[in-house]
Amino acid sequence: MIDPPLERVDLSRLRDDFPILQTEMNGRPLVYLDSAATTQKPVQVLDAMDAYYREANANVHRGAYALAQEATERYEGARGKVARFVNADSSSEIVFTRGTTSSINMVAYGWGLHHLGEGDRILLTTMEHHANVVPWQLICRHTGAELVYLPIDADYMVDLAGLDELVDSRLKIIGISGMSNVLGTIGPVAVLVEAARSVDAIVIVDGAQMVPHSPVDLPALGADFVAFGAHKMLGPTGVGALWGRPERFEEMEPAEGGGEMIRDVGLHESSWADVPHKFEAGTPPIAEAVGFGAAVDYLSAIGMDEVRRHEIDITSYALQRLAEVPDLKVYGPVDPAARGGAVSFTLADVHPHDLATILDQEGIAIRAGHHCAKPLMRVLDVPATARASFYVHSTTDEVDALVSALWEARRLFGLA
Amino acid sequence: MSLDQLYREVILDHYRSPRHSGSLEHPDAHADGHNPLCGDEISLDLTFDGDRVSDIRISGRGCSISQASASMMANAVSGMTLDEVRDLERRFKEMMSIEEGGEEIDVKVMGDLAALQGVRRFPVRIKCADLPWTTLDEALSQRS
Ligand SMILES: Cc1ncc(COP(=O)(O)O)c(C=O)c1O
Repeated sequence: MIDPPLERVDLSRLRDDFPILQTEMNGRPLVYLDSAATTQKPVQVLDAMDAYYREANANVHRGAYALAQEATERYEGARGKVARFVNADSSSEIVFTRGTTSSINMVAYGWGLHHLGEGDRILLTTMEHHANVVPWQLICRHTGAELVYLPIDADYMVDLAGLDELVDSRLKIIGISGMSNVLGTIGPVAVLVEAARSVDAIVIVDGAQMVPHSPVDLPALGADFVAFGAHKMLGPTGVGALWGRPERFEEMEPAEGGGEMIRDVGLHESSWADVPHKFEAGTPPIAEAVGFGAAVDYLSAIGMDEVRRHEIDITSYALQRLAEVPDLKVYGPVDPAARGGAVSFTLADVHPHDLATILDQEGIAIRAGHHCAKPLMRVLDVPATARASFYVHSTTDEVDALVSALWEARRLFGLA
Repeated sequence: MSLDQLYREVILDHYRSPRHSGSLEHPDAHADGHNPLCGDEISLDLTFDGDRVSDIRISGRGCSISQASASMMANAVSGMTLDEVRDLERRFKEMMSIEEGGEEIDVKVMGDLAALQGVRRFPVRIKCADLPWTTLDEALSQRS
C-alpha cells in the first residue's frame, strides 16, 4: 500500500481535524493541554475505525471467507504502517499490545523472568513512569534480581556520573524513558546502549512519549526493545506496540498463551506461531490497530520533523511565558531542544489540584498530581506538580490562555 | 464568581495556618486518610475525656480544600461530645451533598466550616473536603 503524498500541514486547518477541539468546557472553548496523558483524535482516525466496523469487521487470522480476509488485511496493514513509521526492517518487528504498559510487562515476563537470577541487576532512572518501574519490581521478586537507579541532576537530566560503577557482569537489563512525561527530559539512550553492549545487557526504551514526539528510527537507536502506545500519538486507547530486535524476540517466551499464538496444541504441550503472532494471544484489538495505522499516517502526513519543530517552538514559547509568572517554578530542562513538550510546574503554595480546578473553570485542561512517577516526585521533593503538555494542534494562544489563568490563580490565592 | 466562592479568604487562612496541627504522643485513637487519586494525605490523633474529644491533632499534605477542611474540622470538634461530633458530621455531609435543598446551613453551628459550601459546586473536589471527615470516622470507629 502506498502512503498518501506528504504535504505540509497548515496548523490552523489541522485543528479542524479534531472534533473535540471545537467543543467547550465549562462554557469556554476547550484548551486541551494534557496530550502527555492522552491525545485527542483526528477525524481520519475516527473514520478509519468506523469504516472498519462498518465494512470489514470479522475476526482476524481465522476465517476462510472474504470478509475475514479483509479484516486481516486491515489489521496486518496497520502493523505495516506502524513498522514503517518507526523505520523497522520488517513488520514482524512490531508486536501489537494493549499499550506501553503491557509492552513493558511483556518484556519483563517474557525476557526478564527467563534471563535473570539471584544477584542480577536491572538499571533504571529515577525519572521513570511507574510502567517502567513496577514490572521490574515484580520480576525482582520472582528472580531475586535487584534494581539500581541512575539519579537526575540539578538540570533535570539523567546523571551519568555513576554509570561506569553500575556497569558490570551483574547488569542484565537497562530500562530508560526516551522522554519523560513529567520533566520532558530526553533520556540518554545512546549512552546507555553503549554501556549495555559492553556487558551484554539489553536495553528497553519506554517510548510512550518519545515515539509520538520525535522522528524515530528504532533499529538505529540501538536498543533491544521499544515500548509505545497509540493513544498518545492521536490513535485510540487499548492498542500499543512493542518493537524488538528479531534475535531478542527469539529469546523471549510468550507471557500469555491462548488462541492466535500457537502453531500446534496438544493436550500437554504446544508449539508457537512465528513472531509477532507468538506474542499476540487471543483476539487482538483490531479496530484499534486500524486506528493506530491511521494515526501514524496522519503524523507522517505532517512529517515527524515538523511535529518536532512545532513542539520545540511551542515549548520554547511556553517556557518564556511561564517565566513571566512570579513564584512559578518549572521542573525540567530549560533548553527546548533538549526536551519534549511536557512542562511541569508549581506556583507558590498553590496546590496543583487547586490550580487544575481554577484552570478548569477557564476551559483549560491540565494534569495535576504525581503523573505516575512517585519516585520522581520524591526526588523533586513535591507531592505533586501541575503539568501542561502540548501536541501538534497546540497554539501560542492556548499558552497565553494558560498564563492568564495562572495570574487569576495568583489573585484568588492573594498573591497578586 | 464561583471560584471566589470556592477560595474564600477563611479557607486560605486555614490552609496556610492549619489549627490543631501536629500529632499526639499517646492518642486514644489514630487514623490515616489518603486519597489515592490526588495524593491528599491526612493523619489524625485524638484523645478523649469520657465521651468528649479532649484533643485532636492533624498533620497532612494536600490541596487547600482538604487541608482547610481538616483544620476547620479540628477546630470544631475539639471539646465536643461524640454525639455532637456525629451531628456536625451529618450536617457537613449534607452541606456537601450535590442535591440542592435540605436543611438551611446554620452558620452558628457550622462556624468556619460553612465557608466550604462552595465546594459543592465542584463535584470532583467534594472528596477533598470529605477526606478529614472520613478519616475522623475511622478514628472514632476504633474507639467503640
Ligand atoms: C513515559 C510514559 N511511560 C509509560 C506510560 C504508560 O502508558 P499507558 O498507560 O498508555 O500504558 C506513560 C503514560 O502515561 C508515559 O507517559
